[in-house]
Amino acid sequence: MIQNIMDMFSYSFMIRALIVGILVSLCSALLGTSLVLKRYSMIGDGLSHVGFAALAIAYVSNLTPLAIAIPICVLAAFLLLRMNESNKIKGDAATALMCSGALAVGVMTVSLTTGMNTDVCNYMFGSILAMSKSDVRISIGLSIVVLILYILFYPRIFAVTFDETFAKATGTKSDFYNMIIALLTAITVVLGMRMMGTLLISSLLVFPSLSAMRICKTFKSVTIVAVIISVICFCVGVYISYQYSAPTGSSIVIVNMVVFLICLVYEKRKER
Amino acid sequence: MSVLTCKDVSFSYEGKEVLTRVNFELNQGEYLCILGENGSGKSTLMKGILNLKKPSAGQIQTGDGLSQTEIGYLPQQTQIQRDFPASVMEVVLSGRLNQCGKRPFYNREDRKIALQKLKQLGILPLKGKCYRELSGGQQQRVLLARALCATKKMLLLDEPVAGLDPIMTVELYNIVKELNQKDNITVIMVSHDVQLATAHATHILQLGNSQLFFGTMGEYMNTELGVRFMTGGERK
Repeated sequence: MIQNIMDMFSYSFMIRALIVGILVSLCSALLGTSLVLKRYSMIGDGLSHVGFAALAIAYVSNLTPLAIAIPICVLAAFLLLRMNESNKIKGDAATALMCSGALAVGVMTVSLTTGMNTDVCNYMFGSILAMSKSDVRISIGLSIVVLILYILFYPRIFAVTFDETFAKATGTKSDFYNMIIALLTAITVVLGMRMMGTLLISSLLVFPSLSAMRICKTFKSVTIVAVIISVICFCVGVYISYQYSAPTGSSIVIVNMVVFLICLVYEKRKER
Repeated sequence: MSVLTCKDVSFSYEGKEVLTRVNFELNQGEYLCILGENGSGKSTLMKGILNLKKPSAGQIQTGDGLSQTEIGYLPQQTQIQRDFPASVMEVVLSGRLNQCGKRPFYNREDRKIALQKLKQLGILPLKGKCYRELSGGQQQRVLLARALCATKKMLLLDEPVAGLDPIMTVELYNIVKELNQKDNITVIMVSHDVQLATAHATHILQLGNSQLFFGTMGEYMNTELGVRFMTGGERK
């Protein structure tokens, strides 16, 4: 097994994938806690579909994928929040609208131009080979920005997540911090979707936090445990995917699922 | 000088006026109870005072050294808070955010004050406990401690006893009374259950999409409206 791991590290693309993957897992686990508790679990799904459309357009028009996808996703995230506040279309419905709409645009763009090829497949289901050197640099930079912003705003993010009305009433600019959460989520989703794939990225946001919530009782410990679970699941998933040539995204999600089930059983046993 | 002044305040939703021309003044240390039936505009006025909703006309002013962001608020519990993984200390500390200014984290002073409020409300032993595992009454005290962290001067309570059993209800009203009388904190309370809620109030504001009455408790009891509303719960 150790030999296998050493082999794995001899490929430079593997090292790149691991670095970016660990950073993205970190960011998504941090943000996931807030999103799940704010009942925004599906926002990752919505954004990743928008990201897919954006990548398809970037691919067709020969532009840098990340440079197009990030601004479009950020915009979509703000839009989702606005829709949520307006109360005319509720959050889940707004997400569903955006999800299917963006997917349709993406598929249409691709099929009208190049047809469904492996590149598109990679966007849908993720590929560890998708990261180029420049992608890695952008990903590392942005993940670190997400981490720093999250840590700096941690008390405020807690306040806005726990009780937005109270936070607002006592002078915390909750709209601004909601925007920050949306912004950070959008960036994380775009970074992660190359590797995890459009269809699986939202699980990276949701699973670790939900697992952590089964076994921890304070916000801080949930956040920390979610991060640990997320990073470990990622590493195990990547190893399985390398060992059995399985798709990376699915491997990681299945590992996450197993961890979640273990945490669930632990919680149930404890309640008894 | 008054701590809170409402001058000809009106509120509307989508162009429809739900509350018209409310006028009142409140001084430091007074205890105002806002009464009214469902849909009479109580919650709307509450939102206005907390700066969560802009009045369509008129002005709400704070004075006497009270800034708009220094009003401690005890909300009705929402479903989302009930399953939230957070320790009591985390919740109470979040009340100190408005004192943090640009500082990103809480400092020792914030922690000291949070602990002090926990002690004052008799829930210091709960500080490491998980919020969602507490009873309704305990949760309400935690939220009250958080509100006290955010203010030294004014507390706003929105149906604070909804969902509490009778013993807890009486206890909570007693805590509020003590805060009002000992610490000279101005209290504004919206409540349904008239008899208990008004027991300690100094002033009454009754709403019914407009201002039906504002005055002291004694004056209220002498009006026909007051007598009717106070005994309204006991139908023959």
